[in-house]
Amino acid sequence: MKLHRPANRHLALAAILLVLPFIIDALFGHGWVRIADFALLYIMLALGLNIVVGYAGLLDLGYIAFFAVGAYTYALLGSPQFGLHWPMWVTLPLGAIIACIFGVLLGAPTLKLRGDYLAIVTLGFGEIIRIFLNNLNAPVNITNGPQGISGIDALQVGGFSFGESHQWLGVRVDDVHLHYYLFLAFTLLVIFVSRRLEDSRIGRAWVAIREDEVAASAMGINTRNIKLLAFAMGATFGGISGGLFAGFQGFVSPESFSLMESIMILCMVVLGGMGNIGGVVLGGVLLVALPELFRHAAGPVQQMLLGKVVVDPESLRMLMFGLALILVMLWRPAGLWPSTQRRRELNTEEGA
Amino acid sequence: MTNVSDALLTLDKVGKRFGGLTALTDVSLHIKRGEIYGLIGPNGAGKTTLFNVVTGLYQLDSGAFDFAGQRYTQSKPHLLAQAGIARTFQNIRLFSNMTALENVMVGRHLRTSTGIWGALTRNATARAEERHIVQRARELLDYVGITTAHQTLAKHLSYGEQRRLEIARALATEPKLLALDEPAAGMNATETVALKALLQKVRADGITVLLIEHDVKLIMGLCDRVAVLDYGKKIAEGVPEEVRRDPAVIAAYLGGEAT
Repeated sequence: MKLHRPANRHLALAAILLVLPFIIDALFGHGWVRIADFALLYIMLALGLNIVVGYAGLLDLGYIAFFAVGAYTYALLGSPQFGLHWPMWVTLPLGAIIACIFGVLLGAPTLKLRGDYLAIVTLGFGEIIRIFLNNLNAPVNITNGPQGISGIDALQVGGFSFGESHQWLGVRVDDVHLHYYLFLAFTLLVIFVSRRLEDSRIGRAWVAIREDEVAASAMGINTRNIKLLAFAMGATFGGISGGLFAGFQGFVSPESFSLMESIMILCMVVLGGMGNIGGVVLGGVLLVALPELFRHAAGPVQQMLLGKVVVDPESLRMLMFGLALILVMLWRPAGLWPSTQRRRELNTEEGA
Repeated sequence: MTNVSDALLTLDKVGKRFGGLTALTDVSLHIKRGEIYGLIGPNGAGKTTLFNVVTGLYQLDSGAFDFAGQRYTQSKPHLLAQAGIARTFQNIRLFSNMTALENVMVGRHLRTSTGIWGALTRNATARAEERHIVQRARELLDYVGITTAHQTLAKHLSYGEQRRLEIARALATEPKLLALDEPAAGMNATETVALKALLQKVRADGITVLLIEHDVKLIMGLCDRVAVLDYGKKIAEGVPEEVRRDPAVIAAYLGGEAT
């Protein structure tokens, strides 16, 4: 097989992605497949934020709010909370649409703000959503407050549930594996949408606004609409990811949607390579996998080298995370995989 | 006012203040279709302010202006671009991290219509439009004389090329009026000659040109008519030779009282 042929490369990549959960399961155990599932959810979030921050250059620190909106939409319509059990093919798109509306609502007041000011206001909006979710248990109990909503319906299509193991041809496929495939499908969809938008009239308008808003408007770009479109698209991806998260976890509470999560997703975008889809995916994978690796490895390694656990693995994890951030920013300020790749692709197309 | 009907842009007592500072006071002028109109004046005279008013970046405080038969007292940049005013900037404002070609492609945004759906499905209409955008952008780059650097990032182009790229980007919006804010600033003699030829070519293609410039030789050799601003007021208007001998203009440039 010639790996340099794009079609073959895609086939090889598809094959790897398909067997990946089984490889992970065999090598590292069940828990890591679950981590892979979360990585996919985070990749979707990071790709959504990439539209807002990477393409349009709007620094949004409250992005997790749209994840929360998607998750709570799914949770409220598919749990004993209201006794509603709407199917996934209704609640997921509905969550995406509501998140999209929230994207426009929260984006509209920030249109005239730039840079630091935009960051502070969006940070505030993100917190407002979380605090609302935390307090909407009185006088009428909607969100169940800090206790969160539990017993959320598993993701299921027709009679097929992703929340339980299935047996096919004598092979047992567990729920974490099934979720992996479901999330993979959605991630690929999000990547497809991102790529198509990036290389289009809309995508160019986003980048133009990022590069110089005044010049963009003087060239006839309606900056208000184009910015709102970026907020709406980013929020939609967040909403989808949120709905999947709620169905996967079976439980949501406001503490899953803290500022720290927004910053984490922003780090994935910035570390991986702002504006470059491959970089953002890489950032997502690394920032989910590495901290987990530290969590698991830090204790035993210290035990082995020093004979006792000196630093608590949990705090060491954050320490290493901070160090990694600083190192990447020092040596690769444009991210691990910056977006020059696309330019090279454009060049080769021209040559052909 | 002479022969208003052939005027493309008419300013009617336009005034603009910034707090206590009056940047423009009752400026009236008219630019005819197909001419190259120069706007000169000492630094701080209000030339760029006037540009920003007619391109919608600033809102005027008094008066109004008419462009292509439509009266404006307030507007937005993208609406005026839509109406047919395209501009360049005194301190070049390109999309630095986009290629030269992409910069011009952005200029086509206004005259194209592919939305989210078209971008996602890449249907026949969207593909045809995209091909057209690329083709038109290439033509315009060649038109302004950027023949080889289509895939170079705008920030890596030479200064003169950046100025010409701004013109190509502005032309991509299919303007009726091309407004250039000091296009020859920082250019060497050869580049200025090329710029002059380019602007004559633009005019020959039926686009009216409004030009702010300090290079008197360029203004005199290129413009059909010239207006002079000083402290936000129009102190002279007419053919270049006439304006050059105007005592008020000489006084404004050399200082002292007009005699």
